[in-house]
Order: sequence, then C-alpha cells, then structure tokens
Amino acid sequence: MNVWQLILITLVKIIIIITILLLSVSYLVLFERKISAWAQNRYGPNRVGYWGLLQPFADVFKLLLKEDIVPEAANKFIHSLAPFIALFIAFSTYAVIPFGPQVKIFGEPIKLVVADVNIGVLYVLALTSLGVYGITLAGWSSGSKYSLLGGVRSSAQMISYEVSMGFSIAGVLLTAHSLRPIAIVNAQYGWMWNAILQPIGFITFTVAAFAETNRMPFDLPEAEPELVGGYHTEYSSMKFAGFFLAEYANMIIASAMIVTLYLGGWQIPYIDKLGLSMGLTTILQILAFVVKVGIMLFIFIWVRWTVPRFRYDQLMNLGWKVMFPLSLLNLIWAALLVMIFNL
Amino acid sequence: MSLNVILFFVLALIAAVSSVMMITRRQAVISALFLVINFFALAGIYLLLQAQFIAVVQVIVYAGAIMVLFLFVIMLINTETEEKFLERAKSFKIFAIAIALLVFAEMAYAILHAHPSALLPKISENVSNGTIQSVGKALYTDYVVPFEAAGFLLLSATIGALILAKKKFD
Repeated sequence: MNVWQLILITLVKIIIIITILLLSVSYLVLFERKISAWAQNRYGPNRVGYWGLLQPFADVFKLLLKEDIVPEAANKFIHSLAPFIALFIAFSTYAVIPFGPQVKIFGEPIKLVVADVNIGVLYVLALTSLGVYGITLAGWSSGSKYSLLGGVRSSAQMISYEVSMGFSIAGVLLTAHSLRPIAIVNAQYGWMWNAILQPIGFITFTVAAFAETNRMPFDLPEAEPELVGGYHTEYSSMKFAGFFLAEYANMIIASAMIVTLYLGGWQIPYIDKLGLSMGLTTILQILAFVVKVGIMLFIFIWVRWTVPRFRYDQLMNLGWKVMFPLSLLNLIWAALLVMIFNL
Repeated sequence: MSLNVILFFVLALIAAVSSVMMITRRQAVISALFLVINFFALAGIYLLLQAQFIAVVQVIVYAGAIMVLFLFVIMLINTETEEKFLERAKSFKIFAIAIALLVFAEMAYAILHAHPSALLPKISENVSNGTIQSVGKALYTDYVVPFEAAGFLLLSATIGALILAKKKFD
C-alpha cells in the first residue's frame, strides 16, 4: 500500500465517522427527549414526522434561522472561537477509538480505526484535558457574570475529575500492557472484560466520564436555576448549536471510551468458536460495539432524568475524597491481578 | 527538502511567532492563549524528534492542566491594577531589559560554543527511545532514585502549599 492509498483510506474513514457522529448526535437529542418524556409520563416530540423522527432536522433549521447575537461586553473574537474549540476537540477525540476488528476489503487489510497510534489512550486524555478551554473561554469572553461563574465552575470540576479518570485508566493499562486502544480491546478476549476484572475502576471511570461531559448529577457549569444557562447563556443561533452538538458528541465519545476500555470494545465473547464466516463475524462485532455504546448512552440519559444535581461542595468532596482514593485502590487491585495471575 | 524538515520549519515558525505575540499582547487572556499555541507547536517538534511521550505529556500537563489554572487566575484577578502598577514603576523597565540582555547573552554563548554534535544528536540510531515503554523502563530502573526524589519533592511542595493555604483560613 503506498502513501496515497493510505491517505485516501484514512480520509474515507474520517468522512464516514464524522457523518455517523453528526447523524447520531442529532438523533441522540431526539432519543433523550423521548426518554425524558417517558420518565415523566409524557409523549415527547411526536408532531414532526412519524414518531417525531424528523424533529432533529426541524431543530437544526430553527437554530440556523435564529439571529446570532454577540453581547456588547463580549470579546468578539474569542466569543466566536470558543464553540469551534469545543466542537473540534469533541470530534477529533474519536480518531483513536476502534469500532471493529481488522477487515479485508479488496484484499487490503484495513483496521477499523482512523489512527492506530501507540499512545492512543494518552491522546484521548490530552484532548479531554483541552476540552475545558472551550467552556472556560466561552464563559470568560461573554462578559456576563453567569457565564463566567459557569466557566470557572466547569474548569474546577473537569480538573478534579480528570485525576480519578487518569488513575482508573492506569489500571486498564496495567492489565492490557499497552496504550494502544486495539491492544486493550484484544486483551479483553472472552469474558476478561475490565468491567468484570476491575469493577471499582469501571465505576470511578464512569463517574469521571459523567463529570467530564457535564452530565446531570455533575451539570453545575450550566445549572439553570442558579446560572441561567451557565457558560452558554450569551450564545444563540449556530454558536449555541455548536456547544449543544459538542456536549452530545462528548457523550458518545465517553460511552465509546467506556466500552473500549471496560466492556470489551467490539468483542462478542467466544464468537470465533461458533464457526461463523469472517464477514458475518465482523458485522456482528461492529453491531456489538454500536449496541454497547447505545446501552451506555441510555444509562447517561437515564441517570440525567433520575438523579438530582449535586451541591458544589458535595461535588468536590466526592471527586477528591471518594473517587480519587477509590481509583488508587483500583490501581493496587489491578497490580495485584497482574502479579498473581500474570494477566 | 524532506517532509520532516518542512514540518519542522512550519512548527518552529508557529512557536516563534506565538511566543512573540504572547509577550506583546496587552490582554492577559490572549497572551495565555498564544502560550497554548506555543505549547502545541513544541509538542509537534517533539513528535518530529520521535519523543511521543514527551509530546503528549507536554499537551496534558502544560496545555491541559497548568495553563487552565493560569487562565483561571487571570480571569479572577483584576488585570487593570497590574497594568497601572507597571506604569507607575518605570525603573522596573531598566531591570527587565538588563535581565533580558543577560539571559540572551547566556543563551547565545551556550549555542555558539557548544559542539555541533551536541546540538544535533543522532535520533535515527534508536527510534524507540521516545516511546512510553522505553521512557517508563528507564525511569523505573536506571533513574529510579532521581525519579523518586523528584516525586518526594513534589509531595513536599504539595503539603507546603496546603499548610500555607490552611493558615490563612484558620
């Protein structure tokens, strides 16, 4: 395979992934509105298209036609830049997440991941640690105290939970002996899922993922009763849609990361023992990945409509005094597993 | 010119321009953002040198953690009083220029008198030097004492900061 073929294949993969992500983000919004409606004994959107299936497009057109307002006191350039930072980081994280095994198309082996790099997990950590810029800058540049408070809160929250997130991942790296996402998935062959081997790490990582994506029990940066809209109070039209999209894209990426690191990625336990053909196995495995991500997304939404919001001191106490020691405990547990069972 | 050389010049240009922009901007937040761009360019240069671990850690630690805290502080303090302070104390400028000249002379001396081979070490000999596996192995075998000493130093600094902050509250 020469360089041009490689570039072409990568470009095709990027286009496919971006399209799927954008579509699933808009349908995730509908999914969330439907689930919230069921949780509250309502019908949810059901006017636009059958079962409300065209609602996402109606929403996008509505936002496109709105006036884009930039406040007088805002720093104009950074105010416009912030949603792009948030979107860019949300979408580029997906480059290292594998969504299927290696396949052969026209005799060429193709890995179902955009970039198979040997520091993949660190790449995700680096990008999530940058995610805070979009929100912080949005809060600061709006020139409004609600926005600023939301931005400052979010940076404190994201930095606090990044610590327990990093330590939970360290446990996974110990048992997988690699930072390469594909190797981590392969190490979870059969029922050797990290969620089963390291249940504490699974819980701390999931909680940290909720906090990093600013989802419900941790949505203090945009707590509407206290902060109006938090960091995006002063945003309207497509810039607001940018933050909205980034939030849901982050949710999908967090779910995909949880699946890759803890739930065996695209693997179906012992499917290779069934003697199915290569093509069918691959399709089933990609479907398994999609279903697992879907279940995680459902849990994200379910929690949002069930659990009330934390108070700020509770959030910090939980992050530093509960989640951080627990993730350290998990690291010791993972090290013991590696030492005793030679995983 | 190979791709590596072109990439190096592009990244070096970004790094140089962003650092100049950083020190010439009036608004502290904009300066901080230019510093972040500078960190990214540096991380790119590390990647060209096959030091992947350093490159990613540069982004995680400097751009992701330290600069966020900087930004945090800049947003909370009133930068106008700082500007007035600089306007009042004109004599500071003489000191600043003197120190800048001193540092410049020092660096120029070091670069001009260093042996060329020390400036351009052969990176092609051992490409795996910069990967996380080899860095980790080196840190926990050959350099375990300095590594633990550095960890101990950071721990004591953390405890010191905690005590200083607590004193103010009590």
